[in-house]
Amino acid sequence: MALILNEEQQLLKESADGFFAERAPVSQLRQLRDDMDDKCFSADLWKEMAEMGFSGILVDEEHGGAGFGLVGAGVVAEAMGKNLSASPFHASSIASAAIIDAAGNDQQKGSLLPAIAAGETIATLAIDEKGTHDPEGTALKAEASDGGYKLSGMKTFVQEGGAADQLIVLARTSGEQGDRDGLSLLLVDRRAAGLIVDRTVMTDSRNWAKVTFEGVQVGADALIGEEGKALNTLNPALDKARVVLAAELLGIAQECLDQTVKYLQERKQFGVLIGSFQGLQHRAAQLFSEIAVTRSAVLKALQMGDAGGDFSWFASLAKAKACKTAELATNEAVQMHGGIGMTDEFDIGFYIKRARTIQALYGDYNFHADRFASCSGY
Amino acid sequence: MSDLEAFRQETRDWLEANCPPLMRTAAGSEDEFCWGGRKFVFQSEDQKLWLERMASRGWTVPTWPKEYGGGGLSKEEAKVLASEMRRLKARTPLVSFGIWMLGPALLKFGTHEQKLEHLPKIARGEIRWCQGYSEPNAGSDLAALATKAEDKGDHYIINGQKVWTSYADKADWIFCLVRTDFEATKHNGISFVLFDMDQDGVSTKPIKLISGNSPFCETFFDDAIASKTNLVGEENKGWTIAKYLLTHERTGISDMGLPTPLNALAKEKLGTIEGQINDKMLRHQIAEHEIDAASFMFTLERAKDEAKAGGDMGAFSSMLKGYGTELNKERHEMILKVNGSDAFEWEGQFSNNGEIARNWLRTKANSIEGGTTEVQLNIIAKRILNLPA
Repeated sequence: MALILNEEQQLLKESADGFFAERAPVSQLRQLRDDMDDKCFSADLWKEMAEMGFSGILVDEEHGGAGFGLVGAGVVAEAMGKNLSASPFHASSIASAAIIDAAGNDQQKGSLLPAIAAGETIATLAIDEKGTHDPEGTALKAEASDGGYKLSGMKTFVQEGGAADQLIVLARTSGEQGDRDGLSLLLVDRRAAGLIVDRTVMTDSRNWAKVTFEGVQVGADALIGEEGKALNTLNPALDKARVVLAAELLGIAQECLDQTVKYLQERKQFGVLIGSFQGLQHRAAQLFSEIAVTRSAVLKALQMGDAGGDFSWFASLAKAKACKTAELATNEAVQMHGGIGMTDEFDIGFYIKRARTIQALYGDYNFHADRFASCSGY
Repeated sequence: MSDLEAFRQETRDWLEANCPPLMRTAAGSEDEFCWGGRKFVFQSEDQKLWLERMASRGWTVPTWPKEYGGGGLSKEEAKVLASEMRRLKARTPLVSFGIWMLGPALLKFGTHEQKLEHLPKIARGEIRWCQGYSEPNAGSDLAALATKAEDKGDHYIINGQKVWTSYADKADWIFCLVRTDFEATKHNGISFVLFDMDQDGVSTKPIKLISGNSPFCETFFDDAIASKTNLVGEENKGWTIAKYLLTHERTGISDMGLPTPLNALAKEKLGTIEGQINDKMLRHQIAEHEIDAASFMFTLERAKDEAKAGGDMGAFSSMLKGYGTELNKERHEMILKVNGSDAFEWEGQFSNNGEIARNWLRTKANSIEGGTTEVQLNIIAKRILNLPA
């Protein structure tokens, strides 16, 4: 397969770029933040995204989705990264849909996937329990109870946690913290008794939450996939979520470069355009190079995800490289904008704050560099 | 079976039958490849045989037209050939500046007669070429070159000096940038000419480098003669060809095959604990490097695919040149770290005469030759990002 977008994907890109620039530009996120909006996304936008087929982009046509695959999802995520468009796209349409598709039974797929694709149900993952991503370190307990499970423990960094209807919770059904085995995925309704959602306002002004489970009872049918073997299906599905995050980071980096270059072309100091200074030209050119190289790693991983099978090496490569480049791009953008880059009035600050947050989501640079090395056999 | 699959099968069978045993091993360094030319001494009978067999099919230059000694293969077929060669670990039968640089330039800018005259000799490895570009006072500012070519009717008389001429002492012919008009602005008085170096007016002197090796020469022209039939393109329009060639200069090097992964070198040298390189810091550094290297490898693939789909890559090659050479320098710094003090042996049997150290020092030129990294960044800034002058 050629390492470029095909015609259909190119059309999707044009449509997504236009849609998000017009309907969900960064000013919308600013407004949501200033209004201290509860959900922190526009319900109208989410409805339109469903109509456009974006919320069902990974869901197959049989379940009411667009079946555009991971490359399509990446194209949409990049456009959202450029505009910092706020929506439950990643939590629900990508991460949750990927897990249900990979591990859910027919009944679960039949009820959840169409609702996710239509944007009617917002699902999310509850994986992490501390500041670093470590699925094997899961301590949240799910004990056998009443023919089903009773959950006790705490989850953090839950994407769209304050808005989600359904949570897919990684829980320990046996074994000890640190064991690879003994982990299970359970579907929990956010209205379940004993479930407490505390929204955490974070740097990126998006909707995150800490979720506490105080003996939350679910039925046996809440189990997604095989009991005790969650990591076998979680990781391939998470890899899809990771690569789409990499695409969003790529969009952020690209936008930072584009805005910075524009500024260098306009801003005058010492009587000349500052873009004529070689010190700044070289930094911009280096950033351009890193973004171009990152784009290749991300597209390759998206394509490998669509090809099926284990693509963990590609996913960790893409997420690691995108983390590093987004960090560089956002830092350089602030520095090259000078004082104005430090002001809240100017948009660049939104980009650096969103980038760092999703750099950490489902494994940061170090997590993925380590995993890349392990997958490479060293 | 599709045509391409049939081609693959046929290619596989032919390679199995015709690639000699010694040519199914990776080349350790540039010197172990066949470079061809009048002065070339084959290192083995297998090397000679492999060149002859591949050249007879035109597969030393698979995508060149058959009438000029090439294989006439489509890009898809050439990809199949390359992958089948990799499968067998078959060495590239012939590497040369003729293949990478002059050939593509002649195909684009040469006359039919020039192509007929020069391309088949490149394809068969009979003539080895070198590139006469840089001069003592024209390095990064290449267009300031001053080597003078005087019009003598049917030929030019050339006087001046080139420097950093790669392998000039081993080459037979030179493709050379000369000034044919001293009145015009600097980019508009340059011509691109070819001439035989086996004449009284041409002499070369190797330059000894920090690696102790001498891959480059100074090249002197003292009333050297170039026939006008070997003027490529129009007189005074040579800069267009020079730019084209600079753009293509490095793409060929990536076809010499991927080097052994750093992590494999480190595992062998340092050992492993539970499958991980037995040096945590180095493992991390290698992972960082290989993440960049893998991403860059996919960027080469993407650039090829974009170009194939008709995209204008233009100055993108400056990015590839700059990034790729910096990566290669980093790779060799890492090889030093993997080998520790063993890396600094300069002579003797333990180190194959200081191979590691000399290769490391050689890479320092990567980001200078063919346009420095800084020049590449200038080009990106001006031509891609449109930053003001």
